[in-house]
Amino acid sequence: MMLALIAAHFVAAAAAPVLVAWLHRRAFLVLALVPAVAFGWAVAMTSRVAGHGASAIEEQVAWVRTLGLELSFRLTTLSWVMMLLVTGVGALVLAYCAYYFRPGDGDLWRFSGLLTGFAGAMLGLVLADDLIVLYIFWELTTVLSYLLIGHNPERKANRRAAMQALMVTTFGGLAMLIGIVIVGQRAGTYQISAVLADPPAGDAITAAVVLLLVGAISKSALVPFHFWLPGAMAAPTPVSAYLHAAAMVKAGVYLVALFAPAFAGLMPWRPLLLVLGVVTMLLGGLRALRQHDLKLLLAYGTVSQLGFLVVLVGAGTRAAALAGVAMLVAHALFKASLFLIVGIVDRAAGTRDLRELSGLGRRMPVLLWASVLAAASMAAVPPLAGFVAKETVYAAFVDIAETGDGTGIGSAAGWTLVAGLSAGSALTVAYSARFVWGAFAVKPDVPPIGECRMPVAGFAAAPVALALACLALGLVGPAETELLEPYAEQFPPGTHEAELSLWHGVNTPLLLSVLAVALGLAVHWRRDLVARVQERLAPRADAESGYRAIMRAVDRLAVEVTGTTQRGSLPIYLAVIFVVVVAVPGSTLLAGQVWDGDVHAWDTPAQAVVVAVMVAGAVAAARSRRRLKAVVLAGVTGYGMAMLFILHGAPDLALTQVLVETVTLVIFVLVLRRLPPYFSDRPLTSLRWWRLGLGGLVGLVMAGLALAASGARVAEPVSEGFAEPAVSYGGGHNIVNVTLVDIRAWDTMGEISVLVVAATGVASLIFLITGRTGRWRADEAIANAPPARAAVGRRVHRNVWLRAGRTLAPERRSIMFEVVTRLVFHVIVVFSIYLLFAGHNAPGGGFAGGLVAGLALMVRYLAGGRHELNEAAPVDAGLVLGIGLFIATGSGLVPLALGGDVLQSAVVDITMPLLGHIHFVTSLFFDVGVYIVVVGLMLDVLRSLGGGIDRQSVDDEDVESLEPAEGVR
Amino acid sequence: MSANLTLVALVGVLFAAGVYLLLERSLTRVLIGVILIGNGVNTLFLVASGRAGRAPIVGLNEVDEMSDPLPQALVLTAIVITLGVTAFLLAMAYRAGQLHEHDDVQDDVEDAVIRRRAERDEASSTYDDSAGGTMDEEGADEPAGVGSGGSASPGAGPGRQVGPEGESR
Repeated sequence: MMLALIAAHFVAAAAAPVLVAWLHRRAFLVLALVPAVAFGWAVAMTSRVAGHGASAIEEQVAWVRTLGLELSFRLTTLSWVMMLLVTGVGALVLAYCAYYFRPGDGDLWRFSGLLTGFAGAMLGLVLADDLIVLYIFWELTTVLSYLLIGHNPERKANRRAAMQALMVTTFGGLAMLIGIVIVGQRAGTYQISAVLADPPAGDAITAAVVLLLVGAISKSALVPFHFWLPGAMAAPTPVSAYLHAAAMVKAGVYLVALFAPAFAGLMPWRPLLLVLGVVTMLLGGLRALRQHDLKLLLAYGTVSQLGFLVVLVGAGTRAAALAGVAMLVAHALFKASLFLIVGIVDRAAGTRDLRELSGLGRRMPVLLWASVLAAASMAAVPPLAGFVAKETVYAAFVDIAETGDGTGIGSAAGWTLVAGLSAGSALTVAYSARFVWGAFAVKPDVPPIGECRMPVAGFAAAPVALALACLALGLVGPAETELLEPYAEQFPPGTHEAELSLWHGVNTPLLLSVLAVALGLAVHWRRDLVARVQERLAPRADAESGYRAIMRAVDRLAVEVTGTTQRGSLPIYLAVIFVVVVAVPGSTLLAGQVWDGDVHAWDTPAQAVVVAVMVAGAVAAARSRRRLKAVVLAGVTGYGMAMLFILHGAPDLALTQVLVETVTLVIFVLVLRRLPPYFSDRPLTSLRWWRLGLGGLVGLVMAGLALAASGARVAEPVSEGFAEPAVSYGGGHNIVNVTLVDIRAWDTMGEISVLVVAATGVASLIFLITGRTGRWRADEAIANAPPARAAVGRRVHRNVWLRAGRTLAPERRSIMFEVVTRLVFHVIVVFSIYLLFAGHNAPGGGFAGGLVAGLALMVRYLAGGRHELNEAAPVDAGLVLGIGLFIATGSGLVPLALGGDVLQSAVVDITMPLLGHIHFVTSLFFDVGVYIVVVGLMLDVLRSLGGGIDRQSVDDEDVESLEPAEGVR
Repeated sequence: MSANLTLVALVGVLFAAGVYLLLERSLTRVLIGVILIGNGVNTLFLVASGRAGRAPIVGLNEVDEMSDPLPQALVLTAIVITLGVTAFLLAMAYRAGQLHEHDDVQDDVEDAVIRRRAERDEASSTYDDSAGGTMDEEGADEPAGVGSGGSASPGAGPGRQVGPEGESR
């Protein structure tokens, strides 16, 4: 059920844009139903997970089995409280959005989805019972918060605030991830309940817990990470109410509360959290008193309260834990209510600046009273929820100060803590008063708000409901105590039994409460004086400027590192790689005895002759200054390779090598037409000797590697056993071909995919300008071609050797070539198909066949030009490539459907009437796919590097012939 | 196993010539370097695949006399892939020639800009540590001046050319 509820949020989030398009603002009311249902479920579960005799509800779904990762969720008393807050406030805020936004507001489709998705992520976070799952939801809330803060990216300040929140909370999140991994590895499980039941210990765990706390205090905006939260006020007010008051910032508090029973006794836990918490509480309170924007006032108030909450749940005593959770609930209720009220004030009066607001209380009495209730709860005035919680807080900390209450905190430190909390509470009272006064009071020196749009009932419903909840919760303290007890009972029993109640009698806590309220009201009374003192004492440097300094340092470091390592020169990068090749494998070769010294000069003397020619070719190719010469010399080494293959006993390789070499030569020539005949002159510098030296060294290393490789050939080759299965299972006698299409078909699959990519790359480079689409029919071009000169005055001969031949200029035509082409084209194509079919038993196969078919097309192109190519193959090359890949993939997948493995082959023997006995192997279909892919590649290359370049040349000539004409004009 | 010295020497020469060409700037030479290195790798396979033998076709030759078929299958795919790479690099060379009248690989201009920034101890062009500006869920920054204490935002004014690294040109 828990997983279903979380998933429902994400489904709703995905559907939100559609809903918004259909229902506009009212879509929020529909979306609010999802968290409302979750809230209802949580309420229904009350008796099972809270109160006396509670137990946890668990749910587990296997997720990534190999990592042992489970989607495990667990509803305990603590997560039940959080779930009620997240879903309850979530539903109210979503409903509030329906009135908050104006009909014309843009980007609601995005906003609605993000906010609903956030509710789901937050729910997942509080329910997760697996540390990794918790972390994933944790970061999900971070990202969604970033997107929601940046709701209006038009303003630079908003973008900066969003980025700042993202950086700070992600930093904390990553620290937390390290902590999670350490805890998980030490505990041997990532399940939170298991870790809590049997907490691991040791120095590593201490470090891990500190890292977890870094995550918690960054998320909950404690000093020194507090500055991101006021920045988050760039978000729309409902977001501030939900994410940055009620839900997301509580994630850190939740984490502390979750792990406090297990880890509160560890050394850095209490000093870290209690000191940072109190400092945050005081700093936030002081800052809140300086704000004029009501929203910022509340934001700093939230910072202050978060510090307070972390002190409570981090103290690790039973009373403090009970008080902490009660305060957590109270804070969510009053702070969300106050934020929503600010939203209404902003919409009604058009400003949130308390220096401009005056007399609003008279116009909106309901809102005034709602905010009085909420602010009084914040200020801990009886009989509200805040008061009940704070009484227990004082009781808990007076216990700590008097007896230590099992925490080991000394008396002096304890009383300092109590004093800090009391001072913080006084500040809370002061800014609570400042809020109500600022928003609603009549200020003598400010003109009253004139034009004012009264909120409709639905708009005010959410904050009023939350404010009333503050009141209701204050009255049911004992019942709340009983519900929360299962959480508090995880801690050892304290000096006194804590109870949430309106009246404990006259004691120290009550005195402290009275003192705090009196002091707070006094501060508000003398607010001008306080403001002047703060003005004078305000520090010049703050945490935010520290953050900016760090970010700048990181940026500078990045520039320096990039500037040093990224030289932007291809030769330098390659040289670095080759130096590594020489240094690492080279030194290994020298160091290790990898070669046994057994050599023979050659297998056959013919090898020596071929190699001598190839060496000469390679050296001459490297020295050549002329493009064509270099290409032809490189071709010499290529044909030499074919000879070596034959001498080695590899006819398939020799065949393929000859075909590839021929194709390579032709396409080189096609491209070199359009490049300068000589390589550009470069000064002969010492660099050349460096290159030569590096080349020589790499050559030596590779030669050494070759020696080592043949020395390493001591085991029985894998392929020793290929011969027999090749025939019996693969159904072919040519072992190389069977290897390609059957034994190692996955390699071939990858290879033809590479070919498709390469062909697409070629086409996109050439057709960048001219566009690839077009009709691949030559009819029009042939019809438009000027009639041959010889034909003038004579009867046009219908039977020509190549139809598109006449599209070529007469001086470029060769009748002999056309005749020969006409005669051999079909023969070559038939031969290519023969190679394809014969390849399984004799040299040949899909690659060779495809290359031969490609050569046939090439001959047509060379004889008759690009239109003749279209005449020969009136299809798009991409289509051919696609069909080939489709057939190859399909033939690989079909066995899967028949219960076999991918790319499995079978020998089929059928006797059909008329045709007689048919014997074939299903891997033939795979080879057909290969064949078609290679043909597609060839067609693509010819059309791009041949026809495409032709067309661009013609266009260039047209431009050149036009230019003088324009010059005359 | 015994090593074939002739082929070992060929591997060395093909790699040396290939690397020498690969470190050049002309794309055509780089491409020829790639082809030579490709041939060198295939030769390496020959060296590593043992002694020469007869074609690995069952029925035609005795299994004991055959050359090793597995490296041959690997080399066959390598040959065809080299063709694909060659075509792609050729297209790139052609494109470079079309744009620059030559096919030399130039140094990356962006990297030079970053290097200059590093020398001048500057932050990156996208870095902005200006404070101020108004946060609000509605409205936009005023077009001129507001909230830009540091470097100018790209495209700040019409008619002013701003380079990719935020430098005026």
